[in-house]
Formats: sequence, C-alpha cells, structure tokens
Amino acid sequence: MIELSSVDKTYNAGKANEYRAGRGVDLRIKPGRVTALRGPSGSGKTTLLGLIGGLTRPSSGRVRLDGRDISALPERFLTELRRATFGFVFQQFQLIRGLSVLENVMLPAAPTGEPHRQVVERAMDLLGQLDLADRADTPCQRLSGGEAQRVAIARALINDPPILIADEPTAHLDSALSLQILAILGELRAQGRTLIVSSHDPLVFDAGLVEHIVDLRDGRVVAEQ
Amino acid sequence: MIFQPPALALLLALSLNALLMAVAGVFAVRLLRHWNPALASERQIALERQSYLVSSLAGLSLLVSLPALALFVYTAERMAPFFTGAMCAVGSLNANAWGWPALIGLLIYFFIATAWLSLHHLDRLGWDYPLIRAKYRLLLLLAPGAVVVASLGWLYFLNLHPEVITSCCGSLFGAQSESVAAEVASLPAAQSMAVFVVTLAVTLLVGGVHLVTGRLGRLYGLLSMVSLLVSLSAIVAFISLYIYEHPNHHCPFCLLQTEHGYAGWLLYPPLFLAAASGMGVALSTASAGKDSLKTLGPMQARRLAWVSVLGFGVFGLLVAGYILRSNLVLIGA
Amino acid sequence: MRAWIERQRCLIDFSVANLGRRKARNLGLLGAYILLVFLLASVVLYGDALRREARLLLADAPDIVVQRLSAGRHDLIAADRLDALRALRGVRRADGRLWGYHYDPTLAANTTLQVPLVNPPGPGETVLGATLARARGLNPGDTLALRGDDGAIRAFRITGLLSSASELVSADLMLVNEADYRAFFGIPAGFYTDLALTVGNPAEAGKIAEKILTRQPGSRVILKDEMRRTYDAVFNWRQGLLLTFLGTVLAAFALLAWDKASGLSAEERREIGILKAIGWETGDVMRMKFWEGALLSTCAFLAGYVLAYLHVFHGGGALFEPILKGWSVLYPKFTLTPQIDLMQLASLFFLSVLPYTAATLAPVWRAATLDPDEVMRE
Repeated sequence: MIELSSVDKTYNAGKANEYRAGRGVDLRIKPGRVTALRGPSGSGKTTLLGLIGGLTRPSSGRVRLDGRDISALPERFLTELRRATFGFVFQQFQLIRGLSVLENVMLPAAPTGEPHRQVVERAMDLLGQLDLADRADTPCQRLSGGEAQRVAIARALINDPPILIADEPTAHLDSALSLQILAILGELRAQGRTLIVSSHDPLVFDAGLVEHIVDLRDGRVVAEQ
Repeated sequence: MIFQPPALALLLALSLNALLMAVAGVFAVRLLRHWNPALASERQIALERQSYLVSSLAGLSLLVSLPALALFVYTAERMAPFFTGAMCAVGSLNANAWGWPALIGLLIYFFIATAWLSLHHLDRLGWDYPLIRAKYRLLLLLAPGAVVVASLGWLYFLNLHPEVITSCCGSLFGAQSESVAAEVASLPAAQSMAVFVVTLAVTLLVGGVHLVTGRLGRLYGLLSMVSLLVSLSAIVAFISLYIYEHPNHHCPFCLLQTEHGYAGWLLYPPLFLAAASGMGVALSTASAGKDSLKTLGPMQARRLAWVSVLGFGVFGLLVAGYILRSNLVLIGA
Repeated sequence: MRAWIERQRCLIDFSVANLGRRKARNLGLLGAYILLVFLLASVVLYGDALRREARLLLADAPDIVVQRLSAGRHDLIAADRLDALRALRGVRRADGRLWGYHYDPTLAANTTLQVPLVNPPGPGETVLGATLARARGLNPGDTLALRGDDGAIRAFRITGLLSSASELVSADLMLVNEADYRAFFGIPAGFYTDLALTVGNPAEAGKIAEKILTRQPGSRVILKDEMRRTYDAVFNWRQGLLLTFLGTVLAAFALLAWDKASGLSAEERREIGILKAIGWETGDVMRMKFWEGALLSTCAFLAGYVLAYLHVFHGGGALFEPILKGWSVLYPKFTLTPQIDLMQLASLFFLSVLPYTAATLAPVWRAATLDPDEVMRE
C-alpha cells in the first residue's frame, strides 16, 4: 500500500523558473492492482510516478510505503528500499549504450552484493521469458524499439520487485508492439505484481488491463475511477 | 630545506590533505547550522549530498595520514646522515624544535581520523543519521588538525639545516638526560615488563569479556588507549633492548632499520591497529544509546573488538618472540 | 563481507566496461598519467641510484685528508708532516697523495692525473679511465702525448683501463707513477698534494681532526663523513630541484584530470542518471568512479614505473643525466645497480596518484549526486 498525503513538489523553489509539478496530491495505491495515471503532457504524471517510487522527494507532505514514512529517509536507505520494492521502466528505454543486453539487465543488481552467478542466472531466465535469450550478448544500441522496451522491462524485474512502475510504456511503439508490451504487463499483473503506469495512449486504457485510473491536470488529481 | 623525494612527497601529501580537510570543515560548519532531516527542503537535500563529499574527503585523509606517518619516520631515518651526531630518526627529529611536534601531531591526527571514520561508519548504519552531529563536531576538530599537522611538517622541513649538530637516541634516552623519554628509558626492565604484561593481560581479558557478554565496551576502549601508551613505553624501556641485544640502546626508531630485521615494521602496525579499533569499540558501545543503533552499535563493537584483541594478541606474541629469541639477558641470571 | 566483495566486483566489472567504452578519451589521460609517473620515477630512481653509487665510492676514500692552506688557498704540503701525523693516537696509516688537473685542449676538458698509492704504473706508462680513453679514441697499447707544465711533450704508453665499477669518479682519471708526475707538473720531491690518513676507529675521526688543527694550524682537514654529506646534499639538491620543476608538470596533470573528470559529456550524465534511477545510490556511483580512477592509476603507475626503471637502469638515464650528474664534460657512462625500495614506491605513489585522486574527487562527487529522477524528466 502506497499513500500520498497532501504532497507538493516544486522544482527550483524561489527562482525565476520555479515550477510546481505536484500540488496537494492525496492518493492511495492498493497492492496487486493496475493503477494508471492519465493526463496530457505536463500534467505531472511523471513527477507523481517519481514521488510514488521514491525517485523524487516531496517538497512537503508525506509519502508512506506500507505505513512507513519514506519522505525523510536518508538517500542510502531510500535507495535500498526503492531497489527492493520498485522496478522502473522509463519512457525512452534508457539503456546504456555500449553494454550488452545482459549487462544492462544486471545493472540494478550490482549494488546489492548478490553473487554474480546468481544474478546472471536470473537475468537469463528473465530474458528467456521475454523472448530475448538469443540477444543476451547483443550491444543494446542494435536493438529494435520493441526489443529495447522488453530489455528495459527485464532490467526493471531483475531485483524481483513487487511493484513495477512504467512511464508511458507504449509511447515509442507502434500498435502491434504496444499490444505485445501490454500482454507482458498483463502477465506481470497475473503474477501478483502491483503495476503503476502513466499514459495518455487510449490503447492502454482500452486493453481492459487498468483497474484504477487517476486523472491529472496541472499537478492535481482531478478524478479517480 | 632538504629536497629528499620522500620529504617532498610527504609535504605534498600533508598540504593536499590540509586543503581537502579545510574544504570539509567549511561544509561541516554549514551542515551543523542547517541540518534538519525532518525537512525535505532543497537545502536539506543539498546538505545530504554534501555529506557524501565530506565523508570521501575524510576517508581520503585517513588513507593519507597512515602512510604519511610511515613516510615521515622513514624520511627522518634517511636524513640522519646529514646531521652531525644523528644516527637514526631521533637525531633528525631533534635537528630542530618542530620534529617531535610534527611526529606526535601526525600520530594524534591519525587516531582522530580513525575515530571519525568509525563514527561515520556507525552513522551510516542507522536509518536516521543518528550520529551526524557528533560526527561533524569531531570534523571541526579534524579539519584544523590537518592544517596544524601540515604546518608543523613545513616548519620542520624548512628549518632543517644540515650543519646543525644534533643529539641522537643515545642522549635522548641516555641516563644523564632529564627528559620524559629518558625517564621512560631508565625504568627498570623488570618493573616495566611487569606493568606491560599486566596491562596487556587486563586489556585482553576485558576484551574477552566484551566479546562474550557484550559489556565493558567503554572500559575496553580506555584500556586499549592505555595499552598503546604502555606498549610504546615498553618498547623504549625494554623491548628495544632485547631486539638490539644491547643493554643501553633504547631507541624506538632504530627498530625500523634493516640491521634489526625491520622489527619495527612488524611491531607497530598491529599495535596501532589494535588501539585504533579499540577506540572504535568504545565509540560503538556508546552509540547504542541512539534508537536506530540499539542493536547495530553493539554488533559493530563486537566486530571491532575482534580486530583489536587480535591486534594486541599478535603484538604481545611478537614481543614475547623477540624476547625469547634474544641473546640479551636483562633479568635474572 | 562476501556481499561487499561481490558488490565491489560488480562495480569493478562495470568500471572496466566503462573505461573500454571511452577509449579515446581515457587513452589520452592514461598517456599523460604514464608520462608523469615516468618523469617522476626517473628522477627519483636515478637520483637515488647515483647517491648510492657515490656512497659506495666514498667507502674507499681515506678517513681524513689533510691539506695545507697558504693565504687561504690549497698549497703543496711538506712530506715531513707525515711523521707527526703518524704519531697521533688513533691514526693507523698516513700517506702522501699526488694528484692534479691538466687542461686538455683537444677535449676542452680537465684530466685528473693521479699517483696511486699501490701498484703504480711503470715509468712512461699510464692507466686511463675508460671514459677518457673512449673520448680520445685510445686503446691499451696506444700512446698518449701531453704537454707538461714546462712545455715539453711527454708520451705515456697506455697499459690498461680502469674498470667501470668506479666510473663515476674515475671517468677522467689518468694514473701515472710518482717520478713522471713530479716531472710533468714540476713538483719537487718532499712535497705532496695532500696527505691521507686512515684511522683505527672512524668514530674518533672528529677528535683526531681537532688535534691536527691545533697542532698544525693553517691546515685544512677534510673528513670522509663530511664528504659523504656534501655529496648527498648536492645530489639531493639537484634531485629536489628537478622534482620541484616537475611540480609544474604535476599541477598541469592535476588540472587535466580535474577537467576530464568535471567535463561530463551529455552521454555520461545520462548514464549516471540511469544508474541512479534504477537503484544505484550516490555512494555506489562514487565507488564505481573510484574504481575507474584506481584502475587507471594502477595501470599508469605500473607502466610509468617500469618505463622509468628501463630508462634509468638500462638506458643510462639519458634524459636527466646532464642535470643530475653534473656538468662535467666527460660524462661517465656507467650502469647503475638496480634497486627498488618500498618507501621510494610510496613516495612516488604520493607524488602522482594522490594529486590525481584529489583533483578528481569533487568532480566525481558532483556527477554522482545527479538527481535520480533526472532521467524521467528529460
């Protein structure tokens, strides 16, 4: 369970380019469900995802994860908690060029101190599930968009997090590939994971996957279904 | 000024260290003023980030201070032939008024830096920055300390004049001298050996009690400091005599020379390690008062206690070995 | 502990991959780094080796040398003083020495003529320092003709060359026998250049010197100990001067390292952002960068040191020879005995790796503290 209570996020506070990306957000996200943040670009979807996933600290208000206030945790512990709890899939895939698919997938496990061989095994397993087993040694700049997005998903899952956060997972894909990714998300949901996505792609909302829709505008929650 | 490469390296290291620690000191002042973990303000986040820089600076400083200590002693040894009357480091250190303060300053600095690092380590274990204020207050001591040590180093090397006639270990530790060092050296071997053995035994015993029951951590810290001082005096009073196999040669530095099998390089590291981690035991035990370190503090204390007890143990065994192997007979016979 | 090792291993793996991915840039820095270590290590190794060599040579020097001063200048000393010196308690041996300089116009350099105390060459014969023989293109069996102080040309048949081991001092040496020497320089019998004393206990040399000064005022007494100090001081001074000069190179290098570390490309910023977003914390990024620096430093240090070692002990220290050894025209060409000591390594490490680390620390920290949500915000 993730709870946000009167969360504000202001970038560059007090400066000319001050920007309020979140205003008085109150939100509860229940485990085991698919939640989607919906709204036009600039409505604060990405900022809210960052706040939920502990990437961004609120300027005021509280973020609680299973009842524990994480907004004032030291970075080390916040990161540790985040690593164990959330997997992230970003809008632009955000893979590291020059590294192989396998190396990219293993990156989030590097700071955990888990034995190397164990991580390799799990990564290969994930790549197998996502039909990427034969691409393990490919440098990731040679991947197609659909492949890159699947590698990003594998990377998000390497530490086996209960919650997956995906920012516009279908934004850079055509319809066929978008459906493929949505099918994968459906499978993850079936495995019992909590999914939190942001999107303004109707395909996502028509797929019948989303159980909880949060409508955003100008950093405020305007409706919930 | 003597242009020995090790001296230049040492001065460079000390100066860089002072510079880095001065930067760290400025951060420390800022942090002590504005730190408030309850806020997630941009300033608080910036301070949290700066704490990463400061701890890296302090870590580097500790990393520098230990080899610097070794290098300083080594340079002093190597410079001895320049000074009429100097046979080893003691003579070089006596060549002007700054030699001893620089060495002792560096030694104290090393121990404060170690204390800082163990506080830092403990602070990182707790989830709410339990020791951050203590840590940064200590840094306010460490930062000027680095500047003082660097200045002493410069004063020492800039004021070295090869034509100076200096007095070496023979006169410093000799019977006719009235210095503290001479008094230590003139202690009867049997008596100082007894003090040494008893102190080390009590320290190890208390260490053992701490390892088994988790109690007496603070006492152990105190005892390990006492053991360090007693051991250093013991080296001057009798251990050196056994190693040199000479009833009147009390120097703690000649031990570092080739002729004596580099005994000093074997003896000093475990002793310093044991004393430094013993101090860490006390700090870790004391930190258990903080909520977030209630269980982690004592765990850390135990770990350090192992290191410390082993260090003192190895030191004790080495001393016993040197005495048994020696052809010198000081007591009995 | 095991987790710690695994973590470092992963970070090292990633650092290696990182260094490999930015080859051009890292190779440039590595090159500069190697050059720096090479220069520093060459000066330190060469200077130390020379100092050791000089000390070895001095081992054979007399404990005390007594010279006569006349109006403050070194003058010939009468042989009858020898008996008085031999009578001093603690003096084991006293000999008169004959030596002097001859300006050789063909080489435009000074040659040192000396009469050895033992095994002097026969009349009209000489033994030459190897460097001198090389400079004049002479071999044993050849004849060397020199114009003496009286204007007459004298020929010396070369019967041998001095061995290389003592070349630092014997480079320009020419050994002749006493009669030839006296005739060449016009020095009457009963006078020596100076007197050499051997004492029983070297620790008493100072006391004996004092006695000589009171009994024979107007003499100059030179102790072996003092000579060693002078030699050491001269070499130290020159070595230190060079090292100080290299300090500017060092500063330039530190600036370069700082610049490289702080001038993050957009690509690198993006990568660090990704790492932080997927669960690395500031400390992890700093550790990864630290390993990068450590790998680079270790490579540079080893390569630079090995190159310097080859340069000094196999290449004769060609780069610094003229400065460190002196400006004598006849350079002794000798091989130095290789020796590595731990503290020398430590000094070199302090002189090269520490400035690099200090220069890169702040930029690394700055890079590592990028906001983890930066990746999402672009």
